Amino acid sequence: MYRIVRKEVLAPGLKRFDVEAPLVARSARAGQFIILRLDEWGERIPLTIADLDPEQGTVTIIFQEVGKSTQLLGQLEEGEYIRDFVGPLGRPSHISQLGRVVMIGGGVGIAPIHPIAREMKRAGNEVISILGARNRQLLILEEEMKQASTEVLITTDDGSYGRKGLVTKVLQELIIHRSPINLVVSIGPLVMMEAVCRVTQAAGIKTMVSLNPIMVDGTGMCGACRVQVGAETRFACVDGPEFDGHLVDWKLARQRAQMFVAEEKQALQEHEERRKGGLGGCGCHCHQ
Amino acid sequence: MRLPLPSIEELKEARKSTRKRPMPSQDPLARMHNFAEVALGYSEEDALLEAARCLSCKKAFCQEGCPVDIDIPAFITKIKERDYLGAARKIKEKSNLPAICGRVCPQESQCEKYCIRGKKEEPVAIGRLERFVADYEIAQGKSDGTGVNSVERSTREPSRDSRVAVVGSGPASLTVAGDLARKGYAVTLFEALHVPGGVLMYGIPEFRLPERIVQHEIEGIRQLGVEIQTNVVIGSTITVDQLFQKGYVAVFLGTGAGLPYFMGIPGENLNGVYSANEFLTRVNLMKAYLFPTYLTPIKVGRRVAVLGAGNVAMDAARTARRLGAEEVSIVYRRSAAEMPARHEEIEHAKEEGVQLRLLTNPIEIKGDDAGWVKELVCLRYELGAPDESGRRAPIAIPGSEHSLEVDTVVVAIGQGPNPLITATTEGLIANKRGNIVAGENGETSRPGVFAGGDIVTGAATVILAMGAGKKAAAAIDRYLSEASHD
Repeated sequence: MYRIVRKEVLAPGLKRFDVEAPLVARSARAGQFIILRLDEWGERIPLTIADLDPEQGTVTIIFQEVGKSTQLLGQLEEGEYIRDFVGPLGRPSHISQLGRVVMIGGGVGIAPIHPIAREMKRAGNEVISILGARNRQLLILEEEMKQASTEVLITTDDGSYGRKGLVTKVLQELIIHRSPINLVVSIGPLVMMEAVCRVTQAAGIKTMVSLNPIMVDGTGMCGACRVQVGAETRFACVDGPEFDGHLVDWKLARQRAQMFVAEEKQALQEHEERRKGGLGGCGCHCHQ
Repeated sequence: MRLPLPSIEELKEARKSTRKRPMPSQDPLARMHNFAEVALGYSEEDALLEAARCLSCKKAFCQEGCPVDIDIPAFITKIKERDYLGAARKIKEKSNLPAICGRVCPQESQCEKYCIRGKKEEPVAIGRLERFVADYEIAQGKSDGTGVNSVERSTREPSRDSRVAVVGSGPASLTVAGDLARKGYAVTLFEALHVPGGVLMYGIPEFRLPERIVQHEIEGIRQLGVEIQTNVVIGSTITVDQLFQKGYVAVFLGTGAGLPYFMGIPGENLNGVYSANEFLTRVNLMKAYLFPTYLTPIKVGRRVAVLGAGNVAMDAARTARRLGAEEVSIVYRRSAAEMPARHEEIEHAKEEGVQLRLLTNPIEIKGDDAGWVKELVCLRYELGAPDESGRRAPIAIPGSEHSLEVDTVVVAIGQGPNPLITATTEGLIANKRGNIVAGENGETSRPGVFAGGDIVTGAATVILAMGAGKKAAAAIDRYLSEASHD
């Protein structure tokens, strides 16, 4: 059992937990992920690590409530427990001194980009971060990213904060005015990462992306997380989660993300109907 | 109410029977719609009548056929004496997991293969008798796993200071942990998943090996004093070197064959293509058959093709039927004679309506515009001269290309070793396929590190892994006894 020592609501539907998991906190590095299971009935949910505190023995996760599983997770309170919490999984980010690097985080993707930006800055790089969100309310970790970066540029889809528009527009301007850029790291929705890669490929800038495909065990056992990278099929859980974005087959990645959409919708619908009906919604199974 | 037990005359008559007493089983039409156990187990009467067939040979060939050397005539004699708990103790002198072995051991190629009665008629049903005894003990609630005293259920305390780490919690690891705990070592078992049991939990389906049986046997291991830590990935959460730094004096690696192989044909990454590991893990470990009460989904179409013909393929095919698939085919490039699955599993699959498409091999999976599986393009094969495996080599028939319409494909062509531990442990030698190189008794290239089961041999059976575990446990005991003399 893993205790939630701190809970924070970052934005509507976006939550942060600091979870007591000392073995993970001491062995994990930026870019790796964990898998948690809420309770006996829960799915194994992979989440990229947002922060670590080896001394306190805590691991920070930030998640968006998109389906039944993440909604139930979001209902847990400080002091309550998560049944299973395992990691670190996957390979850490490759951190080295390259010169000028651009970190691009979109939506909840800002969470995993944060420790990578911090380590990149610590390694002596000039770190320019571009943060994208749908609107001002949904922008997370602005302060933390300012600390972890040399410079932070913000875009929102609706223009409610920072520049109006997409992260790729800002990236294109950086490429024109601030070359050379030695590396781009981009984490966010698949369409955003793909769009970033189109821009950087044209400019010849190496780009790493962090993929979060469907997984079950997260240790290389099931192969649910297959991604096509160049000519090879790779398992995101053990070969990734970071890959050279210019080699990723994005169409396939988008297709595979659809695998269980119908089932997820079904689970969510039943969950919401039960809530409306006044039965449960507490996440317990005693009302079934 | 107890049924009247067989009379002496009936037992005499039974002794002459040339056939095993049949295993009571769920009707195929009923069981296709549930995940309850198929084989129901012998009644006491069945067990007594079958035990009567055992000749109690002085030179017991059956025992020689058992990878863990169970004194088979002795336990069957105890059954004849109606001392079933005594029979259980006899088995547990050698095996920590009788209720599991009685269910999933390939007895036909081990103990029963060497049974003297088997020369002219059917051998004694040793596996069914083992299961009867183990289930009897569980039902009596008198199993503590020690095989020494089946009344006391208190957990033992280790009597030695030496701490041993066991990595993985499948059959090899459980055997090592149990054997070393019995000898008084302080054993910690590390499991990466959220429940212990390894392939017994994620791989073998509920209808063949119920979870409660596996967890009962594991509870027995726990009561021997073994500490079980789940959610720890050795090689990542803690490395093997860190285990030694933490004070473990020996490490056993029993991490199994967890890495699924794919065919390497076009279309394998389409939606609706699963590895058998994923398919079975979703259903068994994560209980996707109870979705949405359990939140892990599984999607099975109307027509399912399972590629491969081993036990895992049979498990996947039978699982697909239970999940509602109407047409399930095993697609295999050799003929029935070469199918690696146990005969019993193939028969069960056929009874449940699984079709065999033999001498057929897929060359491509085709999908629709949205990326979902639509058809399996195959070639027909014929058998030529024997190949290096000794089996007749399948040869593609030119121009035999044809398509099967399918919605789901399960790839069950085998599993390899997970590379995590070999990649993170300095000086641990693996072979080209990634299997850890180990000696007869599990010694690896690293002093104090032992390995056994599928991680060494490649994917094999539960009982062979247990046999390797037994040898490794004895070797670890010798290694630590010698070390302490220094």
